Amino acid sequence: MSRFARRHLRALEAYSRDELESLLITAASFKEISERNIKRVPTLRGKTVVSFFCEESTRTRVSFEIAAKRMSADFVSLSGAASSVKKGESLLDTTRNLDAMRPDIIILRHSSSGAAAFLAERVSCAIVNAGDGAHEHPTQALVDLLTISEHKPQLAGLTVAIVGDVIHSRVARSNLFALRTLGAQVRLVGPPTFLPPEASTWGEVHHDLREGVRDADVIMMLRVQLERQGRNFFPTIEEYARYFCLTEERVAAAKPDVIILHPGPMNRGVEIATDVADGPYSVIMNQVTNGIAVRMATMFLLVNRPSVEIELELEAARRSAAGEEVPA
Amino acid sequence: MSLLIRNGTVIDPANGVDRARDVLVRDGRIAAVEEPGSIAADGATIVDAQDRWVVPGLIDMHVHLREPGFEYRETITTGARAAVAGGFASVACMANTDPVNDSAAVTTAMLDRARASAPARVFPIGAVSKGLRGEQLAEIGEMHAAGIVAVSDDGMPIMDGNLMRRALEYAAMFGLAVIAHEEDCNIASGGVMNEGEMSLRLGLRGMPAAAEDAMIARDIAILERTQGRLHVAHISTRGGVHLVREAKQRGLAVTAEAAPHHFTLTEHAVEGYNTNAKMKPPLRTEADVRAVRAGLIDGTIDAIATDHAPHHRDEKDVEFDKANDGIVGLETALPLSLALWREHGMERSRLIAALTVNPARILGLDLGTLGVGCAADLTVIDPEAAWSVEPSAFRSKSRNTPFAGVEMVGRAAMTIVGGRVVWPEAQDA
Repeated sequence: MSRFARRHLRALEAYSRDELESLLITAASFKEISERNIKRVPTLRGKTVVSFFCEESTRTRVSFEIAAKRMSADFVSLSGAASSVKKGESLLDTTRNLDAMRPDIIILRHSSSGAAAFLAERVSCAIVNAGDGAHEHPTQALVDLLTISEHKPQLAGLTVAIVGDVIHSRVARSNLFALRTLGAQVRLVGPPTFLPPEASTWGEVHHDLREGVRDADVIMMLRVQLERQGRNFFPTIEEYARYFCLTEERVAAAKPDVIILHPGPMNRGVEIATDVADGPYSVIMNQVTNGIAVRMATMFLLVNRPSVEIELELEAARRSAAGEEVPA
Repeated sequence: MSLLIRNGTVIDPANGVDRARDVLVRDGRIAAVEEPGSIAADGATIVDAQDRWVVPGLIDMHVHLREPGFEYRETITTGARAAVAGGFASVACMANTDPVNDSAAVTTAMLDRARASAPARVFPIGAVSKGLRGEQLAEIGEMHAAGIVAVSDDGMPIMDGNLMRRALEYAAMFGLAVIAHEEDCNIASGGVMNEGEMSLRLGLRGMPAAAEDAMIARDIAILERTQGRLHVAHISTRGGVHLVREAKQRGLAVTAEAAPHHFTLTEHAVEGYNTNAKMKPPLRTEADVRAVRAGLIDGTIDAIATDHAPHHRDEKDVEFDKANDGIVGLETALPLSLALWREHGMERSRLIAALTVNPARILGLDLGTLGVGCAADLTVIDPEAAWSVEPSAFRSKSRNTPFAGVEMVGRAAMTIVGGRVVWPEAQDA
């Protein structure tokens, strides 16, 4: 397995194929732990993980918490609403204070794009980006990639249609960057208000959902935030659904073995029809399950990797001192 | 006291001079500009300007000095020190202080402070509207009587087109230009950087060039119905440069300035969420940068102005979308401007005009020239001095620059205001 040497998980844009694959392989190997009768391994015993969510979240925060606990980490959860950020303390000061308590990882969700990168340069612990504004949501994309890889022989060459509010979506960005690195063809589907002119540099742009998903291997739906209606990105939810709701009829244009993803939370009947969300092509619940393994792998690689390497080096040194043959 | 500046190349666009000349300064005025060696020293202090340019004292028509109200960022004194260190003998300061410079009382207080403790000349610009609220005209006449040199709601775009019309009409009565921060806030839609490939990648909300272009087009259209003078502040877009060029060809009373960062950097400087690359208007694309340079070179853009905007570290060391807009510019503007001559073929007399006589004319100042009898404001430029930007050495109180560590060529060797050497600073001061 190739090495993963990053100190933080900030954004997938700069990740190489090797790095993405190490994350995915490690995640796949952790899946089995959650199927055991006793779902706990000592991998992160004695490590402290702080989740610091300055934005609402249910599934991501719970997913990180379960992942950390299944690896025996001490887990502390802090929400933005309860933190001193609410009292006017800056994000930087609050995070520095948390950092001074010597956690191993801070998991950050924040509404400002770049917040994770900003803090990563200013603290000593590892920062895991659990969503920064409209920028990236790397663990969600890793979840999606793991889920796709369980249904398709390889990611390279797949046609993936990403549908919906691309411009505001951190899930779209992380997926897009990683999918391109791994050799998939990406299509972007949605109204022009969600797809600025430069989006065409990212992939084929479609404003017709049926055409956008034609012969696709994977359809990745994005959540439409209902409040966009008030800002004139589309006239009404009803009209949005008329053109961009993924229905059985529209899915029929895709490949017969298409799979459908959604990062949640879903607006049933808006961007996705209920019978599609719950239908045979849907892998949405697999995504949620895979979330645990991906987050376990992420935390494991960030915290343990260096010491694993140091132990190997020490072992090699000991063997070499004892005149034993050092394995390559 | 007199000064004899010898062996330099005098570049004085107002008088069409660009050749070796000696300059004699006496009693705060230019006493003579003559062939090298032809002026007797006669007890004057000799300044050797061999390999140097001797130009009218530089004028920055767009700075924020933050006093009153934000003295933790800058004061009139520290801002003026930064100015003379950068070669600027005069600065015109914007009205977005606290209280806003929308009354004669504030204008007078600024001028009193400047007179008492600023090494550069400081010319206040009055607000167009009371409190910069964009609703009701400020007392422009009263402020004019107190000494303002233009009006501007800089930082707060005038969204009400009728207010802009009235401002252009009314300020014309006093011969004052209206300096416009051209941004349609609805189109800008809360953007924090240029809208384009970079904003899409970084997931930052963009403000398109159209927000600036549309406002420049509107104000030019309004200008046609008035006898006023419109000055476009910190022009940053290709479309804006075209609009100003076309309006000038039609003979309209429009002028424009560009900031060094807008003809030097592109939106790529934002990479890594660099808050020192965050300003309004935002850094744009390579095509825009080229158009701004071309506009300076062909004279469409009259002046180079820094938009010197000091901010405290705490206001920049934050998440990108929460960071204040603007960068300091006084101490890096000269070498960045010289690059237009060195690397982009701008005639040096035209470059010096953009830093001296052109802003002087827009503001109605009797400066920016080395004519005999004129005020002895001079800048001696070492065009080949190589140095690297070290923000901790700035005279400004603030350090918010995207040019930290950048290698520069050219700097002010001496700044003279009213016959007095104010840069380098006196050792025994």
